[in-house]
Amino acid sequence: MKDIVLIVTAVILSLAAAGAIYRIAVGPSLLDRVLAADVLLAILGAALAVDMAVNRHLNNLVLLVALTLIGFVGSVTVARFVADRRGQVNDS
Amino acid sequence: MTPNATGADAVIDAVTAVLLIVGALMSLGAAIGLLRFPDLMSRMHAATKPQVLGLFLVLAAIGLQMREWWVWPILVVAWIFQLLTVPVSAHMVGRAGYRTKHLHPELLSTDELEAVVLRAAVKRDAEKAEGSDSAIPRTANGGNAGANRGSVGGPDGSRGPSA
Repeated sequence: MKDIVLIVTAVILSLAAAGAIYRIAVGPSLLDRVLAADVLLAILGAALAVDMAVNRHLNNLVLLVALTLIGFVGSVTVARFVADRRGQVNDS
Repeated sequence: MTPNATGADAVIDAVTAVLLIVGALMSLGAAIGLLRFPDLMSRMHAATKPQVLGLFLVLAAIGLQMREWWVWPILVVAWIFQLLTVPVSAHMVGRAGYRTKHLHPELLSTDELEAVVLRAAVKRDAEKAEGSDSAIPRTANGGNAGANRGSVGGPDGSRGPSA
């Protein structure tokens, strides 16, 4: 049971992380990359929580809250200072 | 998880497994949405799934597995912290996305912000005209700088980093 849950969640989260990293790589805009980085952070938090649930410990809980804070500060900062550098609109 | 669980342990382990896998599927759904949706606004819709519901499901799995009552308030605090920060960052990203035109207007069914921005632009133009009339005896940049900096970025492309 434990191994099955670990393998299934590992495969699903790996696919999800690959998709988020692909969106970070191709963009096309800075805000898309910020959003995909936020999703990648949420996937990392889900992996930490799966580890905690399967192995019955709470060591990662502080790290989970810290990840939330880092994602918040990062996306707010980038969104605050983003500027329109493109000549034409709507090519996102 | 308990090895070779029987009885109530087996039921709790099964519920935990379902919660963990569904929570992981939320992440996969967000990734698929990020890859397939056409613009920033619809991608933001997909991105909220693992941040709120996915985190709730895996935290509930932790609470089921720990079987201590004092774990639940800690998990609730962690989830509420996420609930408080996610809308703020999503608001900032959406605002920046609208102001820098990272959206397809033809895909929107309604755009309520457009009327507000147009009204603010008309008001700013009126203030600018009035200010330039009365500012003739003063220095050239006396009356217009404040009107330009403080108002909402209009559709004419005069947006600074603060707009």
